[in-house]
Amino acid sequence: MSDSTLAPERRRDVLRQSWSVGIATGAYGISFGALAVAAGLNVWQTQALSALMFTGGSQFAFVGIIAAGGLAAAPAAIATAGLLGLRNGLYAIQNALFLGVRGLRRIGAAHLTIDESTAVGIAQEEPAAQRLGFWHTGIAVFIFWNLATLVGALLGNALGDPKTWGLDAAAAGAFCALLWPRLRGGDAIATAVLAAFIACVASPLVPAGVPVILAAAAALIVGLGRHGPKGDPPTSDGHGHLVGEDPLP
Amino acid sequence: MTMWMAVLLACGACFVLKLVGYLVPESWVSGPRISRVTTLLPIALLAGLVVAQTVVGDGGALVIDARLAAVAVALVLLLLRANFIVVVVVAAAVAAGLRALGWG
Repeated sequence: MSDSTLAPERRRDVLRQSWSVGIATGAYGISFGALAVAAGLNVWQTQALSALMFTGGSQFAFVGIIAAGGLAAAPAAIATAGLLGLRNGLYAIQNALFLGVRGLRRIGAAHLTIDESTAVGIAQEEPAAQRLGFWHTGIAVFIFWNLATLVGALLGNALGDPKTWGLDAAAAGAFCALLWPRLRGGDAIATAVLAAFIACVASPLVPAGVPVILAAAAALIVGLGRHGPKGDPPTSDGHGHLVGEDPLP
Repeated sequence: MTMWMAVLLACGACFVLKLVGYLVPESWVSGPRISRVTTLLPIALLAGLVVAQTVVGDGGALVIDARLAAVAVALVLLLLRANFIVVVVVAAAVAAGLRALGWG
């Protein structure tokens, strides 16, 4: 985390970007908290997901599948959360190049490795600014995402029957909004259509949650079935988000 | 399995995947096929989740109810470049409104 080589104003710029991204992104935790308690998790379990899993898409997927299939769908919920969290491992490979972390600090860096910390990190030019941006964005998103989750969970608890308030449809809307920015190019659209088809066909035949895992095969079929160019490494849009990423941590 | 076990297992899996990225050499995962699949994987899973949350009813049967109307409105909002929270809140409001009127 050594940033002593940065000029004070450069340092201020990076910090401003990091914390504004943290506040803006963290606020979405309200919707996660409300949906998680609507799915049947208690406030502590909801908070544990934001504090320990700390990767928004996986958290939404986990509670969405639990909402649909209850505890019986837990293995599918765990598997889907893991598969959606795979991209963080790819960000980690990029981040390792400039973070240079060892030991306990590597554990902390791994935990804070999400879309936003990666985006702000790789958007900077100098390694000192990259490290500063990564750490501050990760910590800022962590704080505000967890606070907002608590607010959302308490709100959700106060609401009562989730269906009356349309919270099941809110989850559907959330997944649409997470999918939307990724639908760029023919391969992406083909994958989405094929995955939706697989999920429709499988849903009446297999237990809740399993259709989502089967839908993942669409990525293998489209990704391995063509000899297109290599996928691009993650790139930052300069505003604290990765190109083609959703707005969640 | 209890809910706590499920929560902690899922958290553990996501953390290990993050950590592994700091431990493996980049060359292991930089092949063109692997990078294409890993880019498409979230798309496939999210499309599956949209289906599961929108048209799948109790017992896995495909049903049309207030959720589908809510998602249709959500897609229009996304076309209009609406913010994430706006999409989520309006989708909930559409479904809640339709149900209050006695449909879906």
